[in-house]
Amino acid sequence: MNKAAGRHAVGGPTSTDEAIVVEHLRVQRGKRLVLPDLSVRCPTGQLIGLLGPSGGGKSTFMRSLVGVQVVAGGTITILGEPAGSAGLRRRVGYLTQAPSLYEDLTVRENVAYFARVLGSTEADVTRSIADVDLTDHAEALIVNLSGGQKTRANLACTLVGNPEVLILDEPTVGLDPVLRRDLWNLFRRLSQEGRTVLVSSHVMDEATRCDRLLLIRSGQILSDSTLPELLARTGTEDAESAFLALIDGSAA
Amino acid sequence: MNPRITLATAGRILSQLRHDHRTVALMLLVPCVLLGLLAWIFADSPTPVFDSIGASLLGVFPFVIMFIVTSVSTLRERTGGTLERLMTTPLGKGDLMVGYALAFGLVAIVQSIVATAFAIYVCGLDISGPVWILTAIALLDALLGTALGLLASGFARTEFQAVQFMPAFVLPQFLLCGLLVARDQMPSVLSTISDWLPLSYAVDAMKEVTVNASPEVTKDFLVMVAWIIVSLVLGSLTLRRRTA
Repeated sequence: MNKAAGRHAVGGPTSTDEAIVVEHLRVQRGKRLVLPDLSVRCPTGQLIGLLGPSGGGKSTFMRSLVGVQVVAGGTITILGEPAGSAGLRRRVGYLTQAPSLYEDLTVRENVAYFARVLGSTEADVTRSIADVDLTDHAEALIVNLSGGQKTRANLACTLVGNPEVLILDEPTVGLDPVLRRDLWNLFRRLSQEGRTVLVSSHVMDEATRCDRLLLIRSGQILSDSTLPELLARTGTEDAESAFLALIDGSAA
Repeated sequence: MNPRITLATAGRILSQLRHDHRTVALMLLVPCVLLGLLAWIFADSPTPVFDSIGASLLGVFPFVIMFIVTSVSTLRERTGGTLERLMTTPLGKGDLMVGYALAFGLVAIVQSIVATAFAIYVCGLDISGPVWILTAIALLDALLGTALGLLASGFARTEFQAVQFMPAFVLPQFLLCGLLVARDQMPSVLSTISDWLPLSYAVDAMKEVTVNASPEVTKDFLVMVAWIIVSLVLGSLTLRRRTA
């Protein structure tokens, strides 16, 4: 993967200590209460893992953060503004779980379109395609790409906007180990530039990559801490055992 | 709305078409084939039937084709997740609506020039009025199809539904537009309904251009433009940033 040459760092007067503040978020989808009452705070500039089983409310939570989910109650404040407000649409980048791309366009055409929508430059297009290691496939149509390549093209369309907060829904699922490592290195670099990166996954061993872990199950935050804190609290060796210990503990 | 984003959206839709040669070929050729077929059917007819309905059909084709293309492609944006992604960006609903109208309007201009030229020079269609007015009507017609297609796609949840909207939205207008039975000879209820439907005015304008050397089409144009604007506004109301 390329170095983040030319990418401008974020920060300045608009930065706050907590990029994401969620209070008593309540989301109903159909008859199901997906998020009954969720409160959480995410510090600025950290790489935060949102881990938990499928169907636990991760995607619903992320959709709420970017303002495309109908919310029944509670408040979400991102970078000091209510989630989904017009001012945030340039500052918060969202990666959908399934690739949301124009299949009949090339990688470059897709990224270039989102760049124009987000007000980014041609250099941003080239840089974000390089960031996801798709430079060699930039002129390929999306429909002809493999699943992993589509996932990366999807990510490039999010990165091109230089967002200060990145909400990434399962960006590494189904990718090979080398690519997963490269992407986690990229997420690390993005957070070191001062961006807040929230990455969801149902693969527990990705916990070791994160500054902070949010364990979510049935719409409830089971744990919000660093990995060492979590392991110490549960007396376990790894994130998966810790997660199971928490579930057993809450059931008891 | 933001002109940069609107134009980027129109450009993106045209790029998608550019990669899809078969769709472009179908959009340009199908009207010509149908017009040719129609002229052929009446080739041995003693009265000039093709002259009286050929021009009207020039107004129907762009409407139908643009309706289908638009409703399917916007539904793809919804089901493919790109609409949700766009809703997290600075793109306004109007940017998307006008972007589509611009892109397909441009295609419609090309389509109507090709179809009109084919009707006049190959099929021998006789037109008394200026050809540019005929092309302008075809363009408005295509924009009408695009605008109604955008509106209809807002009510479709699946591809099957979107395709069914074609007969539901388009065929009643086709039956009532005066092509089969003159509008003033229909039962009064139907003729009143047809007074409110946009395709009636497109066909009226086309007939006027066929028979009149200096056609009076201002009212027809105004009605069509009003329908285009109302449909685009209503269509943008069906777009929601937040969904359940």
